[in-house]
Amino acid sequence: MGPATLSQVLRQLPVYEDANLLVGPHNSDDAAVYKISEEVALIQTLDFFTPVVDDPYVFGQIAAANALSDVYAMGGRPLLALNIVCFPNCLPVDVLGQTLKGGAEKVKEAGAIIAGGHTVQDDEPKYGLSVVGLAHPLEVITNAGAKAGDLLILTKPLGTGIICTALKAQMASREAYSAAVNSMAALNDRASFAMKEAGATACTDITGFGLLGHAAEMARASKVSLIFYLAEIPLLPQALELAAMGLVPGGAYNNREFLNGEVFFDPEITPEYRAILFDPQTSGGLLIAVGEEKADVLLKSLAEQGIREARLIGRAVPRESTLIKVEK
Amino acid sequence: MADKQLNCKGLACPQPVLETKKALAELPAGARLTVIVDNPAAKENVALFAANAGHRVEAKENGGEFILHIVKEGTGLIPESQRTRDQETSEKPSRATRVAYLISSNLFGQGSPDLGQALMKSLFVALAGQETAPEALIFINTGVYLSAQGSDVLDHLQALWSRGTTILSCGTCLEYYKLKEKLAVGRISNMYEIMEHLSKAEKVITIA
Repeated sequence: MGPATLSQVLRQLPVYEDANLLVGPHNSDDAAVYKISEEVALIQTLDFFTPVVDDPYVFGQIAAANALSDVYAMGGRPLLALNIVCFPNCLPVDVLGQTLKGGAEKVKEAGAIIAGGHTVQDDEPKYGLSVVGLAHPLEVITNAGAKAGDLLILTKPLGTGIICTALKAQMASREAYSAAVNSMAALNDRASFAMKEAGATACTDITGFGLLGHAAEMARASKVSLIFYLAEIPLLPQALELAAMGLVPGGAYNNREFLNGEVFFDPEITPEYRAILFDPQTSGGLLIAVGEEKADVLLKSLAEQGIREARLIGRAVPRESTLIKVEK
Repeated sequence: MADKQLNCKGLACPQPVLETKKALAELPAGARLTVIVDNPAAKENVALFAANAGHRVEAKENGGEFILHIVKEGTGLIPESQRTRDQETSEKPSRATRVAYLISSNLFGQGSPDLGQALMKSLFVALAGQETAPEALIFINTGVYLSAQGSDVLDHLQALWSRGTTILSCGTCLEYYKLKEKLAVGRISNMYEIMEHLSKAEKVITIA
């Protein structure tokens, strides 16, 4: 659902007051965080969607990596997961088996457990998980802690939405497809551990609202503006070329519409580049804010963990006239 | 006059872009193509594609619809490396015999429906595997079940379509079987256009 419609609906719901609810709906963060004791906070999240690739096993892996990511983005470690499945009668049941297998293996890789699930019949298959994780209440990393002067690091390249759209048109190269799939199926676990160790001030994972959509939420919650350097932003192979061919998912334009007036682009930035910055990501990377003096250490440790695509892509500054500014 | 109008209303991304791409490939330089879409994302994408392919494009809104006027530029603006398979196929002058398939049933041959369905599927597997994609696939009567959601040959149709095959489904038939909203590949057509394709083709193969 587009962010504009969603926020319209959510605005009408009652607001809960509970001092132990450390992160609730008001900050548009990745997951809910509830303090159970002085030592333990519970992180809870839920995400499911229609297949982004044809291979059910790979889809299962991607859906699980995507759902687990919200826990990692809060600096937590996943503990339990429940499957959420919608499945039509007309598909062979083996498709479901492969999807769940992909999901289960990914959850296992994360060191968590699938403790059950729920299935409903539906015309179109959908899969995802509800995940519970744990963190120390003082070590939870929200999207609200970025300070002016912090540097911004992105851990996965952009372009999964565009490449999945191009796949439908059979225009994505094999190289683009496998790079996108590998990226979407990769857990954000090591990136999360690395940022905790480095003392990150804020974090969010990049998913449906695109880089700029989630960055705007961070800027708003942290009361800063974020500046991005276009040339530094990592992109999946072929993503720019496919965007220039107009293979951009509708969600990217919804995201752009929602941020109308909140983003300033250098006028020389081309429409296809702008589209990529709004491209909805599936199981995208972490956008991490970290003090300037710690950024080098974090980049080095990300590289050591095998997260080779991580790049320093921008910085936080005191609030300006727009939440986001993109420089060439 | 080589000008052409393309109705892409009701088509989700990336279909309007692919239809536009295909239509432009068939038009001579200087020709005008008018594309009508009904959602902003399709408008943006068609404009993005046309502008980056070096054509002139102008878009305007008209009561919920978007009308894009594209003037096809001369050749040479698109570097060879960016040309895709589909453009190459449809611009190749020495194309093999122009074959049109008229498919008037969702089952191949008389007899057991199960067998008819299986045969139809293998026909499309074979077609998609051929080196030269057919000029056109035209679906009429229950044939339109094959180009609509729920068909088990959609992948093959999609593949043929991206290789330059024109895929037309009879509008009256889609309406009759209540499939108009479910058309999943190619576009809706009418008897006039269907006749034009059949008479233009060098060879018409009927599957019934």
